[in-house]
Amino acid sequence: MQIKLWINDKEYIDDVLPDTLLLDFLRSKGQLSVKRGCETSNCGLCTVILESKPILSCSFLAVRANGLHVTTMEGLQEEAAEFGNFLADEGAEQCGFCSPGFIMNVLSMVKELNNPTEDEIKKYLEGNLCRCTGYMGQLRAVRKFLLLKNNREVSHEVC
Amino acid sequence: MKFVNKGVRKKDSIALVTGKPVYTDDVTQGCNLVVKLLRSPHSHAIINEINTEKAKKVPGIECILTYEDVPKSRFTTAGQTYPEPSPYDRLILDKRLRCVGDPVAIVAGLDEKSVDKALGLIKVKYEVLEALLDYRTAIDNKIIVHPEDDFKTLCDVGADNKRNICSSDAMEVGDVEKDFKNCAHIIEETYTTKANNQSMMETFRTQTSIDTYGRLTVITSTQVPFHVRRILSNALQIPKSKIRVIKPRIGGGFGAKQTIVSEIFPAIVTWKTGKPAKMVYSRKESFTNGSPRHEAEMKIRLGADENGIIKAIHMFSLWNAGAYGDHGPTTVGLSGHKAMTIYNAASYKFENEVVYSNTMGAGAFRGYGATQGFFALESAVNELAAKLNMDPTVLRMNNMLTQKNVGKIMPTYYNEELKSCTLDKCMLKAKEMINWDEKFPSKDIGNDKVRSVGCAVAMQGSGISSCDVGAVEIRLNDEGFYTLLIGATDMGTGCDTILAQIAADCLDTDYDNIVVHGVDTDLSPYDTGSYASSTTYITGMAVVKTCEVLRDKILSEGARLLGCKPEDAEFDGKQVVCAGTGKTISLAEIGYASYVGTNAYLTATRSHFSPTSPPPFMAGLVEIELDKLTGKIDIIDYVGVVDCGTVINPNLARIQAEGGIVQGMGMTLYEDVKYDENGRMLNDSFMQYKIPSRMDVGKIRVDFESSYEPTGPFGAKSIGELVINTPAPAIANAVYNATNINMRSLPITGEKILTKMINNGQN
Repeated sequence: MQIKLWINDKEYIDDVLPDTLLLDFLRSKGQLSVKRGCETSNCGLCTVILESKPILSCSFLAVRANGLHVTTMEGLQEEAAEFGNFLADEGAEQCGFCSPGFIMNVLSMVKELNNPTEDEIKKYLEGNLCRCTGYMGQLRAVRKFLLLKNNREVSHEVC
Repeated sequence: MKFVNKGVRKKDSIALVTGKPVYTDDVTQGCNLVVKLLRSPHSHAIINEINTEKAKKVPGIECILTYEDVPKSRFTTAGQTYPEPSPYDRLILDKRLRCVGDPVAIVAGLDEKSVDKALGLIKVKYEVLEALLDYRTAIDNKIIVHPEDDFKTLCDVGADNKRNICSSDAMEVGDVEKDFKNCAHIIEETYTTKANNQSMMETFRTQTSIDTYGRLTVITSTQVPFHVRRILSNALQIPKSKIRVIKPRIGGGFGAKQTIVSEIFPAIVTWKTGKPAKMVYSRKESFTNGSPRHEAEMKIRLGADENGIIKAIHMFSLWNAGAYGDHGPTTVGLSGHKAMTIYNAASYKFENEVVYSNTMGAGAFRGYGATQGFFALESAVNELAAKLNMDPTVLRMNNMLTQKNVGKIMPTYYNEELKSCTLDKCMLKAKEMINWDEKFPSKDIGNDKVRSVGCAVAMQGSGISSCDVGAVEIRLNDEGFYTLLIGATDMGTGCDTILAQIAADCLDTDYDNIVVHGVDTDLSPYDTGSYASSTTYITGMAVVKTCEVLRDKILSEGARLLGCKPEDAEFDGKQVVCAGTGKTISLAEIGYASYVGTNAYLTATRSHFSPTSPPPFMAGLVEIELDKLTGKIDIIDYVGVVDCGTVINPNLARIQAEGGIVQGMGMTLYEDVKYDENGRMLNDSFMQYKIPSRMDVGKIRVDFESSYEPTGPFGAKSIGELVINTPAPAIANAVYNATNINMRSLPITGEKILTKMINNGQN
């Protein structure tokens, strides 16, 4: 069936089978940052942003995205690099396979939560599994990133 | 040292954090045949009849292969140096099926839908056989997993396939029976650990094609590209010269990718059809037919005098190889040789048997058998401390290898000499960090909750002594930058980066002046691969040696261009200076000159192997909170202090340690490959097989107590595997300190703790 959607603000009109997953559709359009780590919506690696909310593209039919805007990491290169630098400074990207899904959720968290506590950060990112790092380095990166963001906002307010 | 011991960013970090297409499935987009397997529904069966006629007629199907279409010579899929100690017990497709999920047929087609349809149309008549599912009953069982006559081993590992024995071995140092007679205290217990899945985020995947020269090109997510080349040559019976293996970025390995899993099937499809093919394992397939850790039962006898000085250790390890013997004979050795070595005793005895059964074949997993061994022995040591009413950290300080033992010959460790060790400093620092003396053994904090602490120590090796090799080549390019060609496999751990750090310091150049190239077996120098915690230690030393040779060449060439003798010239990394005349020539000019006319470009290559495998050490202390009403354990704090010699990159080492500790926590608390009564894996997804999430791991703190290993690059030893070894015994010890209950089988679930507490009348 025919669907129309926007991937990173670019319009796509395409015929898809009713059972095509958004994950596979996105990868077929060259959005290769989107990774599959499981098939059971458990690992968070396939996280993309639909309209303004993070979703798991492995458990979302492409047809459901009809008429909607999808954002992948290909469309958020600057923001990804900005936070990614913090991750890299900790060495906490390790194999990197979970990084895109994790970072997409971190970027969403920054928009959704104001000054989150450590527990709130962990809770928000709970669905993103990582088998390499043991999570501590990711948490250090998130905290340093939030500190920078907060400082920036504070200095804006002063101006 | 400008770059060694600095937490520089990984060379590939920006690509990884911005989601660039760098992994196998990303770099092989395009037209590939989709390859899938028809898998056995039975844990033990013979294929009496297989009919693929209907399936072949499905539009889009290009190739269906059964046992009749594949070579008849047996091989192993274990990625080890030739001659592999693992038995040659596999065929690509066999008439006999030995576990649920064993391949029955290979199907390749233009798209997934046609392949799925064809898989459903293959008609198979199975003769279902009784399965051997309890490995404890394997030896001399009437069910034989490998009755075939062409079963063979290249090394004498004590195999006897007609008795279901994959390997067996025994050793004794001193006279344990005599020493046990003089022991005031003896602990004699049995400990069990379960099969665990590595659960790397990127499942197994491989793409294959035929290149311009008619050769098979294999792009695959592997830790062992050179071994993949040999194993494919063995399995497909094609010359090695016809195979090229390329390793892109890998989404985690942890030993799973030291076995070749997804490579053979697309390879044979491409070899038969001439067409590009790709196989991507689903998560379920990775669970049901990957290469999990060996399930094990370990019997320990531990004897000490009245003061708690350990006199004798006797260990017997029984290992479940499952259907195939990959890594069986070798992993089991570490359970004893690594675990027992950490304690000074008068006598040691170690016996082991690895047996076949009809569960899935096991393989390598970080820690490689040492992990199971340390759970058992460390638990026994903790039980000894409890029996003596001693603080287990103090008991360890009195018995374990410390700085005082440097220079000691370790009889259970192949008589290698201990050249570096700060385990005592690690223990003292860890105790201080977690405030052990105040918290040991436990504190009831009310609300039916108790806080307690537990401890363990561990060691590992650095590479396989006198066996595996690493080689590098470094080239000086025009403009004076270097290319570092390595055969070691960066699987996210950062070896591309670490080796470049070492090279930068050896060549007195900037880290960014070194370009690293990952593995392509056509181009890279030979390296046995990234396993056995070998890369920093073995390949790192190859870098040091290669740089020495290249520096000499640069010096000679610079001197020649300046018209002076090499002995009168000096190279400082940027230029060659002639002492007599004061004339200089820059590295860039030497580089340019070497690319012009009759001059040969400057390159050097050296390989390195080590007659020793120096152990890194670690003390792991944990604080838990245990709910007495439910048995539930919460990890509050985990402190790991590591002696990995010189830390080449503190950031990457810290992440390795934190990650290893969390994997160990998963193994301890819930990870458990479970089968139903027919041998089918029950928990074959992340829904049921739970690995730790960020909510489960509490606080983890890592620190280092560096030693200097004289045989390692800049004094370095390894870190990769060591760090998974302490959580299981430390947490078990904390559970004891909270409840007085010894948990001797993994995983340690709340249900098990509560049941024991109820049985003890404690609840």
